[in-house]
Amino acid sequence: MDWILDHLDDIEYLTRQHAWLSAVPTVLGLLLAIPLGWVARRYRFLYAPVVVGTGLLYTIPSLALFILMPLFLGTRILDATNVVVAMTIYTVALMTRTVADGLGSVPDSVTASATAMGFGPLRRLFTVELPLAVPVIAAGLRVAAVSNVSIVSVAALIGVPQLGSLFTDGFVRDFLDPIVAGLIACVLLALVFDLVIVLVARLLTPWQRAGASV
Amino acid sequence: MKRTPLLASLAVVAVMALAGCGGGDEALDTDNDSDSGSGDSQEIVVGSANFPENILLGEIYTGALDGAGLEATHRANIGSREAYLPGMLDGSLQVFPEYTGVLRDYFALESGDKMTASDSEGVYAELQEQLPPELEVLPFSEAEDKDAVVVTSETAEEYDLQSIGDLAPVAGDLTLGGPPEWKERQTGLPGLEDVYGVVFGKYVVKDAGGPLTLDALLNDEIQAGNLFSTNPSIAAEDLVVLDDPDSLFAAQNVVPLVAADSMSPELEDALNGVSEALNTDNLSDMVTRVVIDKEDPEDVAEDFLTENNLN
Amino acid sequence: MNEVLAWLTDPANWQGPDGIPVRTWQHLMYSLVSVGIAAAIAIPVGLWIGHTGHGRFLAVNLAGALRAVPSLGLLFTAFMVLGPYLNGEVSVFVPTIIVLVVLAVPPVLAGAYAGVEQVETAARDAARGMGMRATEVLWRVEVPCALPLIFSGIRSAALQVIATATLAATVGLGGLGRYLVDGLAVRDYAQMAGGAILVALLALIVDFVAATLQRVVVSPGLTGKTAGRKNALRRIQRTTLRASGS
Repeated sequence: MDWILDHLDDIEYLTRQHAWLSAVPTVLGLLLAIPLGWVARRYRFLYAPVVVGTGLLYTIPSLALFILMPLFLGTRILDATNVVVAMTIYTVALMTRTVADGLGSVPDSVTASATAMGFGPLRRLFTVELPLAVPVIAAGLRVAAVSNVSIVSVAALIGVPQLGSLFTDGFVRDFLDPIVAGLIACVLLALVFDLVIVLVARLLTPWQRAGASV
Repeated sequence: MKRTPLLASLAVVAVMALAGCGGGDEALDTDNDSDSGSGDSQEIVVGSANFPENILLGEIYTGALDGAGLEATHRANIGSREAYLPGMLDGSLQVFPEYTGVLRDYFALESGDKMTASDSEGVYAELQEQLPPELEVLPFSEAEDKDAVVVTSETAEEYDLQSIGDLAPVAGDLTLGGPPEWKERQTGLPGLEDVYGVVFGKYVVKDAGGPLTLDALLNDEIQAGNLFSTNPSIAAEDLVVLDDPDSLFAAQNVVPLVAADSMSPELEDALNGVSEALNTDNLSDMVTRVVIDKEDPEDVAEDFLTENNLN
Repeated sequence: MNEVLAWLTDPANWQGPDGIPVRTWQHLMYSLVSVGIAAAIAIPVGLWIGHTGHGRFLAVNLAGALRAVPSLGLLFTAFMVLGPYLNGEVSVFVPTIIVLVVLAVPPVLAGAYAGVEQVETAARDAARGMGMRATEVLWRVEVPCALPLIFSGIRSAALQVIATATLAATVGLGGLGRYLVDGLAVRDYAQMAGGAILVALLALIVDFVAATLQRVVVSPGLTGKTAGRKNALRRIQRTTLRASGS
């Protein structure tokens, strides 16, 4: 416990790095997953290939992706960009199916009414379908955000400073304190992300709070 | 009316992203700064590998460079040579604490040249030949951290082991543990057979002198293991380092690896000062403080620098 | 890319204790054991939570919290805490399985209780109306109806476990992760990439097998493939829309 108190500023620095490395890909991944999910839902025959195809990306082990990323991106090997791109790929892998299913959960009657009112497909997507899909998407995004916080720690194995560095430091010194500190910080960080997403989802769906059902 | 919540939440996300910017910029900062690290600015990034001794050396180098008026930062804990050597070549890192023997062998693997020396001077000379033009090494330090084959004191007593060669008659019944590289490298299984006629019954891949090999040795999953000579657990756990009279393991002196276009008289003086003040004994003591006593590398490094007037 | 293909097709890599078949089998074993244990723990608990409605709050938050624990850190902790008490390979195997089980429990648990919860009340009422007792309702109606979501949870868990089992190589365990870690150590990028591809392939195959199993086990009435009420409704809607000229 003393060790943790003595090293609070180190822990705080690493937490900020970790937050950045997990949050940016989560947002980017969501933005990329929206068009992909929409395409998968709009054209029935594309659902399986798009969803399964992106889902496949999640099976690539994180360590391999971090190391091989510079070869694809032309970045330098220690750039944090490698981690951000890799994590974005994982987020897209998780969220494409969620977005597709979320858009699919919008009742046909609602989309039909929107079309009847003269909404074009894009306007319908942004003002009707996406807002109604928010509960499903938010649920999936919570899982993705938490998963990202966990995977980013693996980047410690290639020397990117974040909370995972506490794990490797503790391991090579046979010292549990940094590892425990890292575990607690990761869980707290994931909790914060979770709460933010829940909050944003509630802000976006005032009709649910009003108690009316569609 | 429908847009307000959407805008509000976008604003929240944007604020969070900007708040995280404080941390993110730093993550990307080191990379940007290193772009101009090639002699234009004074900013030097010192890297280190993911074992305590190297992190300690990284701290010491960083402190010494700071003391010489160069702005040095320490990028610690980089997992493998495959990650940090490219980092030295692409400008992300300018200084790295290295070891003459392994570094020489790393480059010799690419060039295919045969290395013959095993003494400190000879190895250093061969290293200088093998280095690519972008990298240079400063004079090596007396401090050395060598590969070693280590057994428990029980095993040493049971089979009457003092040097590696003593393993030859019994190795067939024993298991050796070490890094993945040892399967192929001359300083590994092939070399043990060539030089000492030692062939182990089984080889288990653990890590390069790290906690996995140590634990496996202590719980008898392996009877002999590859540890590094300054590992404080050797003394703490009553382990025996087998002698290497035929020099299977070449010299491994601590040496500063520097990117050629970051060289400057101040840098050379600072790092040479460190190399002169370091020796195997004080290095071992410092590693013991970090690993066994759980002290911070920064603190131990500062003590060393202060004692030797290097900061 | 050619180098990766060369590594994958090199016969030397398919033989011996370090060969692809052995490593794949080890990896599959670790994954199946972990998912199996997780399912044995999480499915009964999830079914109970879904059926009785008790403990849902605790379960949801516990599952979420477990998901948040980074596997790498947990692995090191388990290894350091349990390792000294275990001898030999077990000292690595047990911590790894524990961590993988912790990873697999949240998705399976969520699948189980969500699956039971979303069973239509009409079906439950009908069952009770037919005179079934509570346990009969559970096993003969709720569980079969919950199967799609239970399977979905298991498949999701299997995917995460297969991908994360590669980390076990950092504490010395076998499996396909060895190609990643060893490849990195000897600078053999072909080996690293080959290992990554093998992991992805294994995940695909396991998911395919699970999907086939799902198709066999889950009642066709649930998948809606048969001409049922839903399909009829959809046909009516389509005809109506077409008739209205849109």
